[in-house]
Amino acid sequence: MDSGIIVQFFQQIINGISLGSIYALIALGYTMVYGIMRLINFAHGDIYMLGAYVGFFVTTQLQMGFFPALICAMVVIGITGVLIEKLVYKPLRSSSKISILITAIGMSLFIEYTTMYFLTPQPRTFPPVLPNTIFHLGDIIVSFQQLVILGSTVVLMLLLWYIVQYTKMGKAMRAVSYDTDAALLMGINVDHVISFTFALGSALAGAAGVLVGIYYNTIDPLMGIMPGLKAFIAAVLGGIGIIPGAMMGGLILGVVEALVSGFISSTFRDAAAFGILIVILLIKPTGLLGKNETEKV
Amino acid sequence: MKHLKKILFASAAAVLAASALTGCGGSGGSSSGSDGDTIKIGTDLEMTGNQAAYGADAMRGAQLAVDEINKAGGVLGKKLELVSLDNKSEPSEAASAAQKLVDEGVVAVVAPNMSSNALAAVPILNGAKIPSISPGGTNPKITVDEKTGKVIPYSYRACFIDPYQGKVMASFVADKLQKKRVAILIDNSSDYAKGLAKFFTDAFTAKGGTIVGTEAYLQKDTDFNATLTKIKDLNPDFIYVPGYYQEVGLIVKQARAMGIDVPFGGGDGWDSPTLAEIAGADALNGTYYSNHYAIQEDNKTVMDFVNAYKAANNEEPGVFGALTYDTIKLLAQVIKDAGSADPQKIADGLASLKTFSGVTGDMSFTDTHDAKKAAFILTYKDGKPVFADKISAD
Repeated sequence: MDSGIIVQFFQQIINGISLGSIYALIALGYTMVYGIMRLINFAHGDIYMLGAYVGFFVTTQLQMGFFPALICAMVVIGITGVLIEKLVYKPLRSSSKISILITAIGMSLFIEYTTMYFLTPQPRTFPPVLPNTIFHLGDIIVSFQQLVILGSTVVLMLLLWYIVQYTKMGKAMRAVSYDTDAALLMGINVDHVISFTFALGSALAGAAGVLVGIYYNTIDPLMGIMPGLKAFIAAVLGGIGIIPGAMMGGLILGVVEALVSGFISSTFRDAAAFGILIVILLIKPTGLLGKNETEKV
Repeated sequence: MKHLKKILFASAAAVLAASALTGCGGSGGSSSGSDGDTIKIGTDLEMTGNQAAYGADAMRGAQLAVDEINKAGGVLGKKLELVSLDNKSEPSEAASAAQKLVDEGVVAVVAPNMSSNALAAVPILNGAKIPSISPGGTNPKITVDEKTGKVIPYSYRACFIDPYQGKVMASFVADKLQKKRVAILIDNSSDYAKGLAKFFTDAFTAKGGTIVGTEAYLQKDTDFNATLTKIKDLNPDFIYVPGYYQEVGLIVKQARAMGIDVPFGGGDGWDSPTLAEIAGADALNGTYYSNHYAIQEDNKTVMDFVNAYKAANNEEPGVFGALTYDTIKLLAQVIKDAGSADPQKIADGLASLKTFSGVTGDMSFTDTHDAKKAAFILTYKDGKPVFADKISAD
């Protein structure tokens, strides 16, 4: 029985990591946009949903395989993200933060119900684009799809890390994040940087949408709400605005959820996730990796 | 929108034409539907809106029953005539359609199939003393007033209520499958699922079985790996998931992927072709669910109905088609036995109904106006549900 608990523990860790890497991919978009614009983009979960639908369209209609579908969804959703920024958030850039936040919530509802109007609320099922192979490591089971999710997430995060740390645009992003006005004075085109950030964040959410579509093989217009909220918690947990924090927060949240479902009760899973949000906001509002800084006025 | 208008216009035109033909143009409230050459039966169904798919199935079932009855000479020498109104899948529209049917002077009404719509229509029909039968509305409140606990005298349903399915599945699992250790996974956001789980638990433990664990999820959840890992460790020999097909599909798929190969079971929330698409045909082997109706290849009554329905509509009847077909046939039988199409006589006939045999089985009414009949157990073979058993609990 003892070995049973150990096996179960590791199995739950694996379940948690594959769920957590999805949260992390979505959380990255939240955190980057917040880092640059101080905006919590509540429409981000719905961008992830759109990614799943693009993936669905190209795999069913154009018979694309896994990698072309993933890249295609990332490109289309990246462009969609930029369009949303240009059309919806840019005209409000000088407005108060609260108006932009409310606009983001409106945008979220707009995307959900427009999708529902045109594509019906019926769930769609993804075709099987990845084999259903299962690996046994002793008593622990890992599926090929879980490995693909984890692998894709790691590759995308490394790519993001490289872009932010070692490219000129990445440097500009960090500069805008540090001080927008000073960056502007240094001749950085802030509009470009913001668009680029939206493109990157949305592309990652689009990738997460495709991965989820393939892994759980069912998508619907409201699928983005809960993962969007969970990813928001992940971003706050890691420290909003901090990229490695979003990755860490996502993985921690996924593992905590799996362990709570496995060893306490599945009914407490969401309570645990939202409980984490409350605790972190009370104890360390800047998040695990956040530094305490005084608010600039 | 255009489509909607068209349908509205068409149904309005149909009603107008009908009243013109029968010569009782909905003038006085006292006009009875048995005047003239036809007996008017109203339908208040979900013809457009969210549940339009169910409404279309129900409407085809009703039309088929009426056509068959009229072809065989009608009832009491008169033809049956449907007055079909659309409730647009909304309670407020269901109520106004009910009022229109009362004004129209129908003798009985096929009440909405969706419980929320039926709950809006029934008080109006009951107030006007027009008997109504909801073919598939399973909410107990449709026939019993929640506040007073009294039965609503003119309201009936042609199906059993939800919790009954839990009992039926418990008998099937304990007696037919001979399973002893069951784990339950409940959709915690649905009263329906909770009701089924409760009655399953009570009936199964009464038969000496053990519930090894009860876990829960919420609608729209997609990842069940953690919960299933836990259930796997409990080592059940049957898993009961009384939820809806969208989550059930994912649960069965993910369970099979982690090597849980025991049978699964559920209720009529499983009934959708999408279930097989989500879970995959292989994963569904060895799963069972209870339902109001099943296509039984070796039952002539059922196959005659299925073939007639297919011939008229080019597709197989669903649950609501079968239940609504039975509802019309039941009303015809009651009118015939009463020798009158007076609403009060029909209501008396329903109250004293001994037995009626339809395509969904032999039935009578319980004290609370629910249908007393056997439930069907279906099992999946190659991604298609097929008849497995017919069980009557208590």
